[in-house]
Amino acid sequence: MPATAPATASGGAPGGRAASAPLLGREEEPTLFELSHPGRRAWSFRTTGVPEVDLAELVPAEHRRAAPVELAEVSERDLVAHATRLAHRQFAVDLGAYPLGSCTMKYNPKVCDTVAALPGLAGVHPAAPASLTQGWLGLLVELEEVLCEITGMAGATLQPAAGAAGELTGLLLMRAYHESRGSVRTKVIIPDSAHGTNPASVTLGGYQAVTVPSDGRGCVDMAALAAVLDEDVAGIMLTNPNTLGLFEEDIAAIADAVHRVGGLLYYDGANLNAILGVVRPGDMGFDIVHMNLHKTFATPHGGGGPGAGPVAVSERLMPFLPGPRPARVDGGGDEPAYRWVTPARSIGRVHTWHGNTLVLARALAYLLATGGDGLRRVAQIAVLNANWLRRRLAGTYDVPFDRSCMHEVVLSARTLKRDHGVRAVDVAKRLLEEGFHAPTVSFPLIVDEALMVEPTETESPQTLEALAAALERIAAEAVAGGHDALAAYPKGTPVRRVDEARAARTLIPTFDARG
Amino acid sequence: MASYIPHTDDEVASMLAFLGLGSLDELFAAVPEAVRLQRALELADGVGEPDVLAAMEGYARANRARADRLICFAGGGAYDHEVPSVTPALAGRSEFVTSYTPYQPEVAQGVLQAVFEYQTMVARLAGLPVANASLYDGGSAAVEAANLGVAATGRPTVWVSEGIHPHWRQMLATLAAGTGHRLRTVALADGVTAWPDADDGEPPGVVLVGYPNYLGCLEDLGAARALCDRTGALLVVGADPVAAGLLRSGGAWGADVVVGEGQPFGTPLGFGGPYLGLFACAAAHVRRLPGRLVGETVDVDGRRAYVTTLRAREQDIRREKATSNVCTNQTLMAVTAAIQLGWLGTSGLVEVATRCARATAYARRAVLAVDGVTPFAGAPVLREFAVRLPVAAETVVERMADAGFLAGIALTDAVAGGGAGLLVAVTERRTAREIDAYATALAKAVA
Repeated sequence: MPATAPATASGGAPGGRAASAPLLGREEEPTLFELSHPGRRAWSFRTTGVPEVDLAELVPAEHRRAAPVELAEVSERDLVAHATRLAHRQFAVDLGAYPLGSCTMKYNPKVCDTVAALPGLAGVHPAAPASLTQGWLGLLVELEEVLCEITGMAGATLQPAAGAAGELTGLLLMRAYHESRGSVRTKVIIPDSAHGTNPASVTLGGYQAVTVPSDGRGCVDMAALAAVLDEDVAGIMLTNPNTLGLFEEDIAAIADAVHRVGGLLYYDGANLNAILGVVRPGDMGFDIVHMNLHKTFATPHGGGGPGAGPVAVSERLMPFLPGPRPARVDGGGDEPAYRWVTPARSIGRVHTWHGNTLVLARALAYLLATGGDGLRRVAQIAVLNANWLRRRLAGTYDVPFDRSCMHEVVLSARTLKRDHGVRAVDVAKRLLEEGFHAPTVSFPLIVDEALMVEPTETESPQTLEALAAALERIAAEAVAGGHDALAAYPKGTPVRRVDEARAARTLIPTFDARG
Repeated sequence: MASYIPHTDDEVASMLAFLGLGSLDELFAAVPEAVRLQRALELADGVGEPDVLAAMEGYARANRARADRLICFAGGGAYDHEVPSVTPALAGRSEFVTSYTPYQPEVAQGVLQAVFEYQTMVARLAGLPVANASLYDGGSAAVEAANLGVAATGRPTVWVSEGIHPHWRQMLATLAAGTGHRLRTVALADGVTAWPDADDGEPPGVVLVGYPNYLGCLEDLGAARALCDRTGALLVVGADPVAAGLLRSGGAWGADVVVGEGQPFGTPLGFGGPYLGLFACAAAHVRRLPGRLVGETVDVDGRRAYVTTLRAREQDIRREKATSNVCTNQTLMAVTAAIQLGWLGTSGLVEVATRCARATAYARRAVLAVDGVTPFAGAPVLREFAVRLPVAAETVVERMADAGFLAGIALTDAVAGGGAGLLVAVTERRTAREIDAYATALAKAVA
């Protein structure tokens, strides 16, 4: 590194910075039920001229409920104030940086919101026939083609509603493929660094999850892999870059070894943002790929969802894709250009309709705006931001695998814990006070006191500097004051540390369960 | 092109220098040359926002079946209900839209409390004590309910009424390939499920029935409950949440689990997604509940606070032994439903259900007055009904589109033989004039 290289990313120049503290909503907000006043109402309906027949004629007595469902009774003004005050108690990407590792909390362009609200998209009934929904079918076909080019695959289903739904779809495709060859297999291999959805999906796919350890460099231990590979193996699920933010450099050898025993390679697309336009899962040897459009292609996370988890496959898995799927029709004349087709040996439907379609439309809008050239830049800057943070913070936090990372860096607070009794969760809670969301803590499971930081490409150099400075300040406080210095944080958030054990011990899942 | 990346070239150069690198490509040294993409992606270059909008509006224009153009009489789980201005205005706030799963409750009380209120509303609708924070859609909720029931009873046989949405049944079949559940479809007779005797074959672990069912008919849930009592099966009711405004709740009928499609509460038709899987269950099954659950607790100062709870059921903790693999769910649709139900309130839910029932009765009479149109089934209906047409229903749907209507859903042979059946839904948005015009157009379309 040149001696003159600045430790700042911005060179000290001004620029937009994304942090927000404190949130506005410092006061407890009653539930809507506590704001209820009998007889108050917000609703109004159109004048229809439909005769007001007595309910007794419409609902057979044995089916009629004895009393109305008790909901809140509030004015529209009360409802607006309530929801707005709740919003003030909520951190979000639009307020500040959200470096939650594995979740790719990038900025969500507003043009995509406009697209999702277009009456010609939002007002379309899902059961309307193809002749009346050519625009939607065309949109879905274009998105499928774009996703296949990005991943290097032959075809895709857009039905899965989220990443985990994509995983299960992929495993059922794996099962159908093996069964079509008369091959009964029982195991799916998963690295110990994998997301929890992987083993849970494997179980639902009817397979047994077999865990392989990571080696000293944070990648799949090749000897351990070789030891579990046999003809009982249906496939392996890999995230690449993996959840340590590291690229599996032996991917070609892994693909060879798995394919040699007749297994398939499944690509968990949680970390696809790191490699857009640089390397494609299909070119690495993967047979099945799921994407998280809410991560990589900037559709908003909605407080926990909706997402969309399309699954792309290589040619040999095409006959098994869920159906019906939209397809281009060759022909011409007055015939529609698109129709629904169900592949010959389809595993069947995995969504009630056609997938989280308005999320799919948002993703296509993002992809059109970004373009092929822009996607490569997305990966480059995402990786640049993560590496800048890694280098800047390497002297302050442990970096268990201190080599070039991809789009996220896994730090550890193990030294702070050993020497000062300060844990990763204390660092995370203290960071909330600084107006940033916390990194992912306690994951991956194989790193002690993990702090998984994913800045994404949409955070500016000034934001990175502020985030790094905040993390350095916190480490200094930990060294100076130990656990006591941090245990009281956060202080200025809408609520302070929450008693999670009590929530589980004395379950109150509804307002009615309150004592 | 549009760009959402703030970095200038100077800033990139400065950051690379800090890393001791000469180019952005050097960041990818760990990617073996052999697998790298040796060309640019074969995608168009990025374009500016106006061009993006023009392209997407082109797709939108090519859809004829849009609720602002064709008057909607289609349902089948997706309904054209009123969405007041307040619902998207509040649910569209970026604090709800651009946050994620509330892993840090100290800065996520907004979403957590909204979901707690949603859970309360869904539990009250279902007549059961617990509801989760949402699943993907009605079909996924049915699949999760079957999984819960099989786990609870240890019996892998699921009896599914033919009156369950045919797409839900297809999903159950798809997912059964992995779980090994044995599905048995129980046929309808004159619109309602004809349950076999309990000792007919292998006893079920789960019984799944719709209320109202796919044809709009009101099932005798007392008979379904009695079957479950005889066989020890869990009763899962797939309930229409709007009809629930007038009907006895699943819980009141003795359901162990109530699932449903939550789209009618403020979510646009949107060509089928994102929708909202409703899931409520009896207290006995709370530790088998799929997905997230919000609970009330306190913070260190004793202030009321909300947090995701009973986390040990979930995939990130329990891994291969988790109750479900669901992680990302449909929280924003749950928040939307809570706002819509807040707007409706106690009297509004009764009002919307009543208006649907009245409009449906009015439309059914008008449609059955058309020459050659006959009832598909005799069982009572509430907010949706099926009729038999003298010509193929697909043809009628095409002809009716030319007259300005989305006439309904042509029934396939997956439901009671289907033949020439048309499923018609009439919501509170339909006026008497629209319904009269619909019947007139239908008379021409079937002539």
